[in-house]
Amino acid sequence: MSTTATATDTATTDTATTDTATTAGPVRERRLHWALADCWTIVRRDLTHLAKQPSLVAWQLGFPIVSVLLFVFVFGSAMDIGEGVDYKDYAMPGMFAMTMAFGFMNTAMSVVVDKERGVTDRFRSMPMAPSAVVTGRGVSDVMHAALDLMVLAGIALVVGWRSDGSLLATVYAFVLLLLLRFSLIWIGVWLGLITPNQEAAGNLFAVAFPFGMISSVFTPPSVMPDWLGAIAMWNPVSATSNAVRELYGNPLPAGGSWIEQHSALMAVVWPLIITAVFMPLAVRKFQRLSG
Amino acid sequence: MKISSPDGPPGDSREFSVVAQGLRKTYGDKRALDGFDLAVPRGTVFGLLGPNGAGKTTAVRILCTLIRLDGGSARVGGHDVASEPRMVRRRIGLTGQNPAVDEIMTARQNLEMFGRLFHLGSAQARRRAAELLEQFGLTEAAGKQPKDFSGGMRRRLDLASSMILAPEVLFLDEPTTGLDPRGRSEVWQAVRSLTETGTTVVLTTHYLDEADKLADRIAVIDRGRNVTDSSSAFRGETPTPAALKRAVGGDRIEVMAREEADIPDVVKAVARVAADGSEPETEAETLRVHASVPVGEGVAALTEVARSLQEAGLTVEDIGLRRPTLDEVFLTLTRERQEAAA
Repeated sequence: MSTTATATDTATTDTATTDTATTAGPVRERRLHWALADCWTIVRRDLTHLAKQPSLVAWQLGFPIVSVLLFVFVFGSAMDIGEGVDYKDYAMPGMFAMTMAFGFMNTAMSVVVDKERGVTDRFRSMPMAPSAVVTGRGVSDVMHAALDLMVLAGIALVVGWRSDGSLLATVYAFVLLLLLRFSLIWIGVWLGLITPNQEAAGNLFAVAFPFGMISSVFTPPSVMPDWLGAIAMWNPVSATSNAVRELYGNPLPAGGSWIEQHSALMAVVWPLIITAVFMPLAVRKFQRLSG
Repeated sequence: MKISSPDGPPGDSREFSVVAQGLRKTYGDKRALDGFDLAVPRGTVFGLLGPNGAGKTTAVRILCTLIRLDGGSARVGGHDVASEPRMVRRRIGLTGQNPAVDEIMTARQNLEMFGRLFHLGSAQARRRAAELLEQFGLTEAAGKQPKDFSGGMRRRLDLASSMILAPEVLFLDEPTTGLDPRGRSEVWQAVRSLTETGTTVVLTTHYLDEADKLADRIAVIDRGRNVTDSSSAFRGETPTPAALKRAVGGDRIEVMAREEADIPDVVKAVARVAADGSEPETEAETLRVHASVPVGEGVAALTEVARSLQEAGLTVEDIGLRRPTLDEVFLTLTRERQEAAA
């Protein structure tokens, strides 16, 4: 079968003739090459969005920034978590983790918008690597999250937060935060694909809010009622919050339970579990979109 | 699954760009496609007509490899949609019901991105983008974002994005839904210019005038089946928009009599212009008499009827020309089908 006798014959120029060249050479290598190239094209699209709408970052950071101001300056003086701890040193790492936790909504929203506009269908009807739509989303969301963290850490430094950990520990803490965000991409993609439209996607906040807040982000679970404290302790956001607090050398009121003693471990295990469950779900849903 | 059969279309991809046989797709209890057949001759603009929910979009989505079929087989551009989706994707363009362009990137950036995703080199993607902007009259808007475009412009950019590789088959799913008249005519013009490049166009629409303006051939789809051949509408003629209009879509003349006693005379006057010597229909209770008139002769027929009525010394309550809507056309076609089944 001649793969060169494509529709390009009728093109007005020699455009697309390279396309025919791709039919030569080992198939596997070529596929990998295009999977990476297409992924990069999708990432560049998101970077273009960011460059054209810097306000997007500002909007997404609006909630954590307002939270920083509220909790540190408004409620902060009334917040006593014991042991003579300065509340902002406790709250800042939590805020980082919460921003990562809420990030899945951004992923879901981008996925819904593309699906609703038909852009996803266009991609799926094209000869590009199908994986690129999902991997491109993942890579650009992690880049986006890194930018969010930089801005947030800058603000935290301004209000007086410091990391007392070593450089390596501090960097590792940011890696753990990004790992949490990475694992939530798959939940975001999956939710975006099963959500009918943008309006419905707005309601995801009802999921995100308790997920971010019923955790050790603002207060230690030990001060909560037992049943709520147990939920908060086991929340993946708590594991990451506590793990990064330790790495930053920020105060971490001691908790006696197993889960609180093993946050460093769980900050890695939770994201791996989430990825293992939701990445296949998201990819499967993408492949079978609308039947 | 057989590809050609004595009564079915041949599987020769040099002759037909799209060949589908016995397509079935079920969603829960609903049979979206129920043994759908289609053969689209190469180089034509093929209109797929049918009421909402008839299965037009499902058919297009299967042919574009977007959804799996539950039964039957389809070849697009000579390749099987189920077993060779990548080969099909290299040969098709799709313009769905919504303009599938990035709203934030500029028109040029959109086309360059789609060019890259069709695996053009960056210089080629740039060159192809410039050509398409020119071809679709968007050169001046190249640096603007589609969110600031008119509906027609956005659609043209959408079409341009489907034309990166000058596809063998271009699928247009209701390309002018939601556009104002100016936007529609812009899109029609763009689509007509595409056919000059030899692209086969498969167009779904529920506007008769759109099929009329664009399509060389048509097929009527109803409840998941292609009912074109089983319908008596075409009486063995090639199914073209004109044939459809001749059969069921011609203008109708309608006269409302003053009193019941006048009806026989009114019928006589109307019968003189009725298409193919058909009998005018009478609705006694509303005093109306109506009949189909040959396509394109509506006004002449109206004048003729008015003159005969005048000569007969009759005054009537109302006289007018009505165009059937596509819904009425579908109703006629599907009623035939139900009667045939009964």
